[in-house]
Amino acid sequence: MPYYILRRLLIAIPSLLGISVVLFTVLALAPGDPFEELATNPAVPPEVRMALRAKFGLDDPIMVRYVRWISAMAQGDWGYSFVSRINVDDLILQRVGVTLFVIGSSQILALLIAIPVGVIAATRPYSLFDQIANTLAFVGFSLPTFFTGLLFILIFSIWLDWLPFVYQADIQATGWRWYWEHIRQAIMPIAVLGLFQGASLVRYVRSAVLDVIRLDYVTTARAKGLGERVVIVKHVVRNALIPVVTLIALQMPAIFGGAIVTEQIFRIPGIGSLLISSILANDTPVIMAVTFVFACLVVLFNLIADILYGWLDPRITFR
Amino acid sequence: MAGSTLASPSAEAVAQAQARAPTFSPTREAWRRFRRHRLAVISAIILALMVLAILVGPLFWRIPINHIDFAATLQGPSWNHPFGTDDLGQDLLSRMIYGGRISLAVGLAAMFVAIFVGTIIGAVAGMSRGWVGSGLMWLTDLFLSLPQLPLLLLVIYLFRDALKGTFGPEGGTFILIVIVIGGLRWMPVARLVRAQFLSLREKEFVEAARALGASKFRQVVRHILPNALGPVIVAGTIDVAAAIIAESTLSFLGLGFPPDIPTWGRLLFDAKDNLDFAPHWALFPGAAIFLTVLTINFIGDGLRDALDPRRVL
Amino acid sequence: MKEHELRALIDKVKDGKLTRRSFVNRMLALGLTAPIASQMLDFCGVARADTKFNYKPTKRGGGGALRILWWQGPTLLNPHFATGTKDQDGSRIFYEPLAGWDSDGNLVPALAAEIPSRENGSLAADGKSVIWKLKKGVKWHDGKPFTADDVVFTWEFSADPATATVTSGTYKDVKVEKIDDFTVRVLFDKPTPFWADAFVGTAGQIIPKHLFVDYKGAKSREAPTNLKPVGTGAYKFVDFKPGDMIRAEANPDYHVPNQPYFDTLELKGGGDAVSAARAVLQTGEYDYAWNMQVEDAILKRLETGGKGVINVVPGGNIEHIQLNTTDPWTEVDGERSSLKTKHPTLSDPAVRQALMLLVDRKSVEEHIYGRTGVATANFLNNPERFRSKITKFEFNIAKANELLDKAGWKRGADGIREKDGKKLKFVYQTSINAPRQKNQAIVKQAAQQAGIDMELKSVVASVFFSSDVANPDTYPKFYADIQMYTTTMSQPDPDRFMNQFCSWEAATKENKWQGRNPSRIRNEEYDKLYRDSQGELDPVKRAAMFVRMNEIVVGEKDGVIIPVVYRPRANAQAKTLRADISGWDNDTWAIARWYRET
Repeated sequence: MPYYILRRLLIAIPSLLGISVVLFTVLALAPGDPFEELATNPAVPPEVRMALRAKFGLDDPIMVRYVRWISAMAQGDWGYSFVSRINVDDLILQRVGVTLFVIGSSQILALLIAIPVGVIAATRPYSLFDQIANTLAFVGFSLPTFFTGLLFILIFSIWLDWLPFVYQADIQATGWRWYWEHIRQAIMPIAVLGLFQGASLVRYVRSAVLDVIRLDYVTTARAKGLGERVVIVKHVVRNALIPVVTLIALQMPAIFGGAIVTEQIFRIPGIGSLLISSILANDTPVIMAVTFVFACLVVLFNLIADILYGWLDPRITFR
Repeated sequence: MAGSTLASPSAEAVAQAQARAPTFSPTREAWRRFRRHRLAVISAIILALMVLAILVGPLFWRIPINHIDFAATLQGPSWNHPFGTDDLGQDLLSRMIYGGRISLAVGLAAMFVAIFVGTIIGAVAGMSRGWVGSGLMWLTDLFLSLPQLPLLLLVIYLFRDALKGTFGPEGGTFILIVIVIGGLRWMPVARLVRAQFLSLREKEFVEAARALGASKFRQVVRHILPNALGPVIVAGTIDVAAAIIAESTLSFLGLGFPPDIPTWGRLLFDAKDNLDFAPHWALFPGAAIFLTVLTINFIGDGLRDALDPRRVL
Repeated sequence: MKEHELRALIDKVKDGKLTRRSFVNRMLALGLTAPIASQMLDFCGVARADTKFNYKPTKRGGGGALRILWWQGPTLLNPHFATGTKDQDGSRIFYEPLAGWDSDGNLVPALAAEIPSRENGSLAADGKSVIWKLKKGVKWHDGKPFTADDVVFTWEFSADPATATVTSGTYKDVKVEKIDDFTVRVLFDKPTPFWADAFVGTAGQIIPKHLFVDYKGAKSREAPTNLKPVGTGAYKFVDFKPGDMIRAEANPDYHVPNQPYFDTLELKGGGDAVSAARAVLQTGEYDYAWNMQVEDAILKRLETGGKGVINVVPGGNIEHIQLNTTDPWTEVDGERSSLKTKHPTLSDPAVRQALMLLVDRKSVEEHIYGRTGVATANFLNNPERFRSKITKFEFNIAKANELLDKAGWKRGADGIREKDGKKLKFVYQTSINAPRQKNQAIVKQAAQQAGIDMELKSVVASVFFSSDVANPDTYPKFYADIQMYTTTMSQPDPDRFMNQFCSWEAATKENKWQGRNPSRIRNEEYDKLYRDSQGELDPVKRAAMFVRMNEIVVGEKDGVIIPVVYRPRANAQAKTLRADISGWDNDTWAIARWYRET
């Protein structure tokens, strides 16, 4: 196994390089440039834009730009943002904490809801509980987060006036008040995201458990006289976890990548809002850095998922 | 081989069915099992009604979708406008009927693209033990890490005019959107299918098939794939909703249909800022998306029950 | 209005028979902008009244926290690198120019001791130089004194091509010399009627020499002060997170007594305009929100929340429709919309006039923009004295049909008019923005009734407004028949604003589509008027020239521009907040004077 992991890690390097080439090409070829507002302002002559393009190297061939980027990256220089004119790593570091907190909590919330609800729903299929859980899950993923987010704001901030809807990363308070304010402002975004993620996860868990629960070995386990609880937790859930692990591995990189829509709605200064504003402003160095870190996480969690498969089902072998 | 827990209410009929034990062709057998899933049948009927309403609706409800009436803005449901009007006084019922064609078609087509591509790539990656598997997983990782927005801008910039030229403006946009949405949503399906395959291909019944000399193709199609479909069907239902919503995001970015074409997702998006004053505007498209997702899901459940190789009804 | 009439009016103001204000209002009615009107008075030696904003607090500080929302957060705090209004606004909290523009378009001194004028001898009679006297006793936030060296350095910094500032257009053609520690002279190489550009307003923010002197040219991005501004303004820097927030505190040494009122200032960025409006109008979480680009109907309903109001200030931004004069569908020498072609159908004045009749500006104003977009017949609306009085607009489908019938455009079987095998089918493009898409829908519906078919196209703003040479969807390329967007007028003088219809500005492949004239209108009379206006020192004659230029581009005969609405600036503010906002300068131009009524 250690040999396998080492080999996979070594393979990851060229594969990430390959991904970075594709990412860079896509970003470089995508239309647009960072000087939108300069264009409609008559006080800014066009030469200014041309000079800026030249200064940022936007007119160089893509290969030249890629080699410049990758060699700087290899030396730990992440480049600097066209629109903020500061180093990209500083920009990302400023924002990563908030994203980890909000998105991480929402993922945990999603798991905490989805796994028990999905399992209970599957053990009693078509019961009242199952029907209610399913209907709520359908509502959950039929409604986009831009909609539920706004609904939450209307209900809890505007009509009831319980929660603030503008997120502040640096709260000017100390002690327990600081914690209280942080929790208060994070409730809505975490709930919106957690429910959206949880809704689809419930469906997957239910389906996976349902697939397993009908198998003979479960009947055998019951026949042996094991308690229902033990049967479900030890025999059913463990075997049903493969698709769930896959999904979680798919979701984990998002904890870094952020949630673009939700972060926009609640003004959370996270990676997601950085990414979208950089994309809209065509701030290529920032987009490249964020997506590249994201790609590394995708590859890493894919590897972790593969290792977990082997642990969940020892018959799975990798060579 | 039926398990001890009932998967659906129709399973109560197992005993009777076995008692009669008639023989049917596999297709008729599946159809018979599907019919026994009551919710699936009701859902199929509702979905068919929705499709019918969208297809023949314009014949009966003749208010043009872009008829602007400033005298009747943001009105709630009434006899003149059963679904109310939007902020330009346009009739929401006729807009929903028109937009439904696109939303349903995009949702379903994109789902099929995502599932089809995802299942094939996942299956091949799950069966292959060499570089093909690694290569396909690399492709999946690549697509997962691509930032969607710049990619969409690029795809549209590169291919829009060519497609418009070949298939006309509406056809070209439709193909583009289905490919874009489907093409960016197959990765979870591929990963899920691959994970199922890794586990299933080592199971006894596959071992048995292999020992009996079944070709790899037969092992996959007859033995492994049917057992791996559970998560695929769930992914399919979620993808329908996601595709309908994604289409609205696309048109918001100017990449989808022209902004004056009221797809359901677009209606929901336009309605959001008026949610506190004109809730009806969001209610109907929201409910339509919900109903679509719900019915497709139950049909999926019914299909799985019908095709499940482990069930003997 | 003729020149002599204008002169008579100015004399009345001189004699005190007419107030300065009502003169400006009359000029506004003529289509001139307020700043130009007051420049006219300045030029004719009419004394200036005090600004109308009444600052009441009698001591510095004590106002608590000021919380303001910019739904696009500033991403950098060096005014000379500001890629957008948001960055200029953010920088303006800390930095000040020599003078700013108030809402009437008057110059108001900030770091200048007085406004240059003919009377005090600081405005050269030949129009080739201007002398600025600086305020004494002003200190940078780090305690160093502010002197003429800083002003001269700001010019050197921005004019240096290696620094690549966005304000270089303002500085590259002027020379600046220090006369003494508190006097500088700005020199122009030709008579310049609009002298108040360098060191004034948005582009004029003065930066400290001692902190930037080592970072001029290619090293400019390394300057630590780019992120930690040290200015002369009423608020001192505390913290900054790009795109997210700015924190500042009152400057105890500010050079104006009793200012500022607030102890701390917090600017939060991000989100969207509607929810920003909610945070001010409905929940009162914030005191002020910038740039309310929201349909007025929604704003009005949010205002019923009672916590705040929408404040509208006039400016010159104009949402307008351009008709392509060239053929976008034929490629000549590797470019579409080439100057060598003529538009197959829009070149017929009858078609253009019909389109002008088919834009229902009143409805666009009433049902989309409300207070934030006023229907207009003019491209140049403000300051008042530049606004044409003879132009008018009309929405009349029947008349449009009649015109087209007369010109020989017959309806075909599909209801679309055609003549000589050419159909009236247009592609109408704009950027993505909800009100614009509604505007498109309204125009399309009216056009349909006149037998004109329109295909609507909308492009993401970052692509539409980019200078990307390879992209066919940008507005300077104009590969469509009709397009619509807003041109901003950032200064109360139309000199820069009106160059976008000069024939030499036409966007072509040769100038990499950097020309500012996308409709590619070429009109000899216009060109001549524009050239003359650049050397005309008499503001009254000059104003008359601009009025005529506007009439040409929107006129029935040669016009290719359909103005839709001019867009005053709208912001949301708490009921108790008193903020001095100008449409001719940054929202934060007078943030030192903001206070809360108790």
